Amino acid sequence: MKNHIRLSLYIFLTPVLLWLLLLIVIPHIELLIMSLKGTDDLGDPVWTLANYRHFFTEQIYWYTFVRTAVYAMLTTVLTFVVTFPVAFYITKVVSVRLSGFLTIVLLMPFWVSELVRVYGWMILLRESGVINHLLISSGLMNTPIEMLYNDISMMMGLVYTSMLFMAVPLISSLEGMDDSIIEAAHDLGASPPTIFCKIIIPYAAPGITSGSIVVFMLALGNYLTPTLMGGKNSLWFTEQIYNEFIASFNWNQGAAFGFLLLALSSIIIWAGLKLTRQELGRALS
Amino acid sequence: MKKLLFAATLAFFAMVTAAHSSETLKLLTWKGYAPQQLVEKFEQETGIKVELTYSNNEEMIAKLRATRGAGFDLAQPSQDRISSVQAQYKLYQPLDYSKINSEQLITSMLEAVKKNTKVEGASYAVPFCYGTSGLIVNTKLAPEAKDYTALLDKAYTGRISYRLKRPTLIALAFAGGDDPFAKYDDPKAYKELMDGVGAKMIEAKPYVKNYWSNGDALLEMVRSGEVTVAMGWDNGGWKLHAENSDIDFIAPKSGALGWIDTFAIPAKAKNVEAAYKWINFILKPENAAVFTNAEKYATASKGAAAHLDAEVRDNINRSFTEADIDNIKWYPPVSAKIEQIEGKILDTVKAAQ
Repeated sequence: MKNHIRLSLYIFLTPVLLWLLLLIVIPHIELLIMSLKGTDDLGDPVWTLANYRHFFTEQIYWYTFVRTAVYAMLTTVLTFVVTFPVAFYITKVVSVRLSGFLTIVLLMPFWVSELVRVYGWMILLRESGVINHLLISSGLMNTPIEMLYNDISMMMGLVYTSMLFMAVPLISSLEGMDDSIIEAAHDLGASPPTIFCKIIIPYAAPGITSGSIVVFMLALGNYLTPTLMGGKNSLWFTEQIYNEFIASFNWNQGAAFGFLLLALSSIIIWAGLKLTRQELGRALS
Repeated sequence: MKKLLFAATLAFFAMVTAAHSSETLKLLTWKGYAPQQLVEKFEQETGIKVELTYSNNEEMIAKLRATRGAGFDLAQPSQDRISSVQAQYKLYQPLDYSKINSEQLITSMLEAVKKNTKVEGASYAVPFCYGTSGLIVNTKLAPEAKDYTALLDKAYTGRISYRLKRPTLIALAFAGGDDPFAKYDDPKAYKELMDGVGAKMIEAKPYVKNYWSNGDALLEMVRSGEVTVAMGWDNGGWKLHAENSDIDFIAPKSGALGWIDTFAIPAKAKNVEAAYKWINFILKPENAAVFTNAEKYATASKGAAAHLDAEVRDNINRSFTEADIDNIKWYPPVSAKIEQIEGKILDTVKAAQ
């Protein structure tokens, strides 16, 4: 019997391990090797750390990274602010039947690809777009204004594309919360802000943490939204990696940037977890 | 279980044989370079199925480099982007020019492309079509835009668009009175020149609406009047001219930039015969004319002019005087070093606030 269980364990484990090894570990090893290679003055390939050094010595590279990281954090916070009332409303205010329906409505836009959704926003916001047209035809404005291609529209796009990934963990963690806890706090004379800070937030903390990690990583690794909606000012770190690979043919530099993105974003998440005294294991369970 | 395995194996073999029974040609090309009409005609004539993948110069090289020249039977890089990547990464195989029906090609163009793509004694490309980059202008709203300097002009604030790619750097260098092509062999002088161009672009950045990356999106912005001065390909301006006669392609005073897109066969192409068949097929005068009438790009096909629409012939005469044509700056082969210099400057421009 014991042997039997072990055999089936191997059978089920093999595809997972193969997948991890062939599609994740091996390509990353190749990238790592690539990132440590370069050419010397004569054009011969040599092992070097120069690709990593460039990131720190050239202002433009780390500047782009810092900018990307700050905006990704801002996106995370904004997404939480926008999503939390929605999640609270769905789980605590409306009836169970309606909450299921509302969750579906929330999910619906995500059945369409991100590219299509971003183009949808561009049609709305562009200078000759729907919103400008409405404002002018209603007489509120005389000349159309360009709402695209700035940081605000880019942030809005990022928040919009990552909302779902915050909403789902929040909903699932708030769903498990017993309403009577809130009622008890209320009966004991706690004010709504106190209930929010002392009862709801600590209870939903694992959901907030996992949602924040996902949203932060998605925003940091996003390529489409900053490029399309941010326009001329939006050099995103992923775009820098793309440029190194595609436009400059410098795969070694691009690979090094890829690893730096991986390492630095891991450090940021680790620091975030430490600061808020959350544990990764608890957040993901 | 055994039955299931057997059925699965059978299904697998069925799939493999089905894939083999019809020949395919995997073509890595630009959007519009293989019109549906011609693809269908080719499939009918030869029985070879054509699979299209759309790309641009940079991605074409990256794709072929990732597979070391496998995955496609025929690619269409620009002639100036072949020799240096060939020398470094061996992406293509030498062409057998005896298999190409050179009678239907413009001889001088074929010879020029052969010369520019020569690496270690072998040549790698056949010319397909050519065109220029210059200005697409709404002549009613921006009547003064005659040269690339209009792209930096405060008068058109919020109405300017260009690509953040190497042609823009080169164009602005020409507009500044320099000859960047002459400095290709001297990376240091080239960097100095381009740093200057980059600084000018950063200074004029507030006037730019956006940096376009998709040709159709650019045309849409010019069509709607959101953009009045743009740097773009001649065919785009001509397409818009057919809809709105205020908009046209203008050959800039300091010279339009001339490119030639080619056919090159990747090193590990599976169906080389089909690749040659496609080259000979699409360069037949009547087929090349179908392409030109649709896309407005002229081809290297010798007799195609006789099959063109009158409107398409007018385009060139309207945008180019005799002197403009003599003034076209044809791209010489570019080295990887040059592209790295440019890449960094373009990043700096994009990051500047």
